[in-house]
Amino acid sequence: MTPTTTWYLVLAALLFGVGVVGLMIRRNPLVMFMCIELMLNAVNLSFVAFAQAFTDISGQTAVFFVMVVAAAEVVVGLGIIIAILRRRPGTTIDDLAELKG
Amino acid sequence: MELLVFVLASVMVLAGAIGVIAYNNPVHAALGLVLTLFGIAVHFVSMEAHFLAAVQVIVYAGAIVVLFLFVIMLLGVDRAEDLSVEPFQIQRPLAVIVGVAISGLVIAAVVRGRSTLGEQLKSGAPGDDNIRELARSLFSDNVFAFELTSVLLIVAVVGTVVLTRRQRGGASK
Amino acid sequence: MLEVVWLIPAFPLLGFLFILLFGRRLGEPAAGFVAAAAVFASFMVTVGVFFDLLSIDEHHRSHVVTLFQWVPVSSLQIDMALLADPLSVTMALFVTGIGFLIHLFAIGYMHGDPKFSKFFLYLNLFVLSMLMLVLGENLLVTFLGWEGVGACSYFLISFWHTRDSASTAGKKAFVTNRIGDWGVMLAMFLGFQAVGSVSYGVLNSAAESGSLASSTATGIALLLFVGAVGKSAQFPLYLWLPDAMEGPTPVSALIHAATMVTAGVFLMTRMNPMLAAAADWAPTIVAWVGALTALFAATIAVAQSDIKKVLAYSTVSQLGYMFLAVGTGAFVAAIFHMVTHAFFKALMFLGSGSVIHGMHHEQDMRRMGALRKVMPITAGTFIIGWLAIAGVPPFAGFWSKDEILLFTLARSPVLYVIGLVTAILTAYYMTRQVIMVFFGEAKWESQAEDNGAHGDFKPHESPPIMLFPLVVLSVLSVFGGIIQLPSFGIIPKGLRHRLEDWLHPVVAPGEAVISGTSAYDAKVWLALLAIGCAVVGIALGVLVYGRRKLRAIEPAILADGWRYDRSVSAFMGGPGRKMFDAIAWFDAKIVDGAVNGVATAVRSTSGSVRRIQTGNVRSYAGVIGIGVVLILVWFVVLRGVT
Repeated sequence: MTPTTTWYLVLAALLFGVGVVGLMIRRNPLVMFMCIELMLNAVNLSFVAFAQAFTDISGQTAVFFVMVVAAAEVVVGLGIIIAILRRRPGTTIDDLAELKG
Repeated sequence: MELLVFVLASVMVLAGAIGVIAYNNPVHAALGLVLTLFGIAVHFVSMEAHFLAAVQVIVYAGAIVVLFLFVIMLLGVDRAEDLSVEPFQIQRPLAVIVGVAISGLVIAAVVRGRSTLGEQLKSGAPGDDNIRELARSLFSDNVFAFELTSVLLIVAVVGTVVLTRRQRGGASK
Repeated sequence: MLEVVWLIPAFPLLGFLFILLFGRRLGEPAAGFVAAAAVFASFMVTVGVFFDLLSIDEHHRSHVVTLFQWVPVSSLQIDMALLADPLSVTMALFVTGIGFLIHLFAIGYMHGDPKFSKFFLYLNLFVLSMLMLVLGENLLVTFLGWEGVGACSYFLISFWHTRDSASTAGKKAFVTNRIGDWGVMLAMFLGFQAVGSVSYGVLNSAAESGSLASSTATGIALLLFVGAVGKSAQFPLYLWLPDAMEGPTPVSALIHAATMVTAGVFLMTRMNPMLAAAADWAPTIVAWVGALTALFAATIAVAQSDIKKVLAYSTVSQLGYMFLAVGTGAFVAAIFHMVTHAFFKALMFLGSGSVIHGMHHEQDMRRMGALRKVMPITAGTFIIGWLAIAGVPPFAGFWSKDEILLFTLARSPVLYVIGLVTAILTAYYMTRQVIMVFFGEAKWESQAEDNGAHGDFKPHESPPIMLFPLVVLSVLSVFGGIIQLPSFGIIPKGLRHRLEDWLHPVVAPGEAVISGTSAYDAKVWLALLAIGCAVVGIALGVLVYGRRKLRAIEPAILADGWRYDRSVSAFMGGPGRKMFDAIAWFDAKIVDGAVNGVATAVRSTSGSVRRIQTGNVRSYAGVIGIGVVLILVWFVVLRGVT
């Protein structure tokens, strides 16, 4: 039996779920960022699956853009993390609670 | 044959994902991420998205993860995080519930919509035509967005440089 | 002169302003003469207007002078306008005439008082308000005057405010009047809602033509009657009038005998078409309240020992007669009695003022006696007043009281009997008063030291300026009946029913017609019966107090006014107070509490909601996750998206 589009979508859903769990559990900001990358990749996978299912190249175009934006986002995000962690090395995400009301 | 490829690649993807969330050491987590990214790239190839597979490996695995590792080394956050302790009691159960719920619901939706997706898999154009198609789409239909992304990249770079500048005796901006 | 009818209230207004600015510099007695001159000028203008009205044909004797637009608010259009018609001019005549005489009296009476000019300031303000009341063309102008006289009554009753009893009496008068004012205000609102105007012309023609529903007319008439009960001291709102005797005697004479208390009768007469269009039981209520008040007050007057209190209760009683007349449709008789009562009651109040002045401010009748020897003119004029009120012909009181009794019998025999009994009591207590004060033995000689007198205490006659008004009023009391003589055979045709013809266009809708009744046929016998009652009353009084043949019956309960006043105070002080406290508590706790409670609820809610902002990124992530799950549940499970 050949894998159908549905299988790919199921895989993407599972991957997304793992990413969500990781985001909520991990305390290291960098690892949390990696979980975000997992979620983005899950989405990319599902885009390409749909692109193939409907023979529409727009799915792959979307993936292209997602990758570009993800790259930019990683750059900026890591810059912020550097800026914060340089002053307070060893902080976890739980310590960055200045927005507490 | 395709089934085998699919299963192997899926195992890589999921194993890497579990590794990201399970390893204490952030460097190990990054390696898990790399495994996942490779698995995804294999899936891309099997779905006739050759260009994207290449880009995935070069950009994602090759640049982004390397960037991650640079920052980890730079900041000395390679000290392990203690995963056995969880300060908020509710967080772990909540995470599991949310994760399971999200994936479960999406899977339910997908499974229910099987019929609209059809059984056929390989209906895309073979070989070079993938790049040609992609290029055509990018540079005609989406050229505006394409140009914007280049601006985005420049802005990101400039922004990060400004963000991480060391002020003389003052706070970083 | 008709066009300048506005001059009538203008003169007292000028007097008021003048004394307001220069009163203290004018001092005594100039301020008094300025005030008296203003009222006299008003009187002259009124006489002019009167003659002008006489020259106009009977059916058009009504002239409106609009001064300015007062309330121009879309559907509510009220002008400051004065109405000159027979009724208002009659009222204005005796208000200004008697007012002038009382001003003169007061110049003598208030001699030596440190607040002399302020007294005349208030007096002029009062005359101004009273004139606005009677000359008003619509209910609102009348109400302006109504409130004004109420306020002036308060000022003047508590004129010697350093005395606790005086300031309390002033407050009591004002508060009791206010209850009546509520009735007048509601009547105005009801009238406006029904016909869209508060003008007398519009309201009365609506009532006459029948376009006003009977229930509305009843409502308006009864609400106005509530106001009249307050202002004219009928039961149950009469209790301010005896206490109002705390004010100086000229005040008692002017306000509480001749003018302000008659405002209620005037209002009912002005709105007589409304009363006629009301349900039949409405005038009956008016008549019964009047009759019972008359009897009630007369019984109390029998046991009073303060010279002014007797006259106060007597006023309440005579006002009861006037309302009895209004209730039986005898509007002309009511106005007639109002005029004659003004003459003899003002006379007697001024006379008592003269006595008080001569006795160095002693008011207890039990300490007087045999004053006719030292105050002959005062005694003589007072006796004329006594004969008038007792109903002895040919004095004025006889004609007016007889007319009222005639109409009463035509309506209801029971009311007639009440009226007769009251007449006997009236003659009795007035005789009692005259004998105790002016005849008998001189008790002031034996109680000289109790009065704190220095050496030889001898009461003296009053100065001429105080005697002059007494003489004028006594002449009017003798001959005043001439304005409305009944159709007895002996009276020449030209002199009959002058007042009735004069007032006819105003009171025609409400005036009862009794020419065909059995009472009318027997009117000569009724007149003789009335005279008989007066003689019986006087004889009883002479027997008890003069010859001391019978024992005096003055039970304490009567002296206390049937304990009515006391029970009202007890109620207000006890359960009434608790009620007021409860209402105040309700306002503070519940009304304010609701408002404050909203604020407190918001504050506590936000205090609880605030705890969501933990500042913790992971909990934010958790919440976002929950939100995503909910959205997915909505789309996948509930809406069945596939």
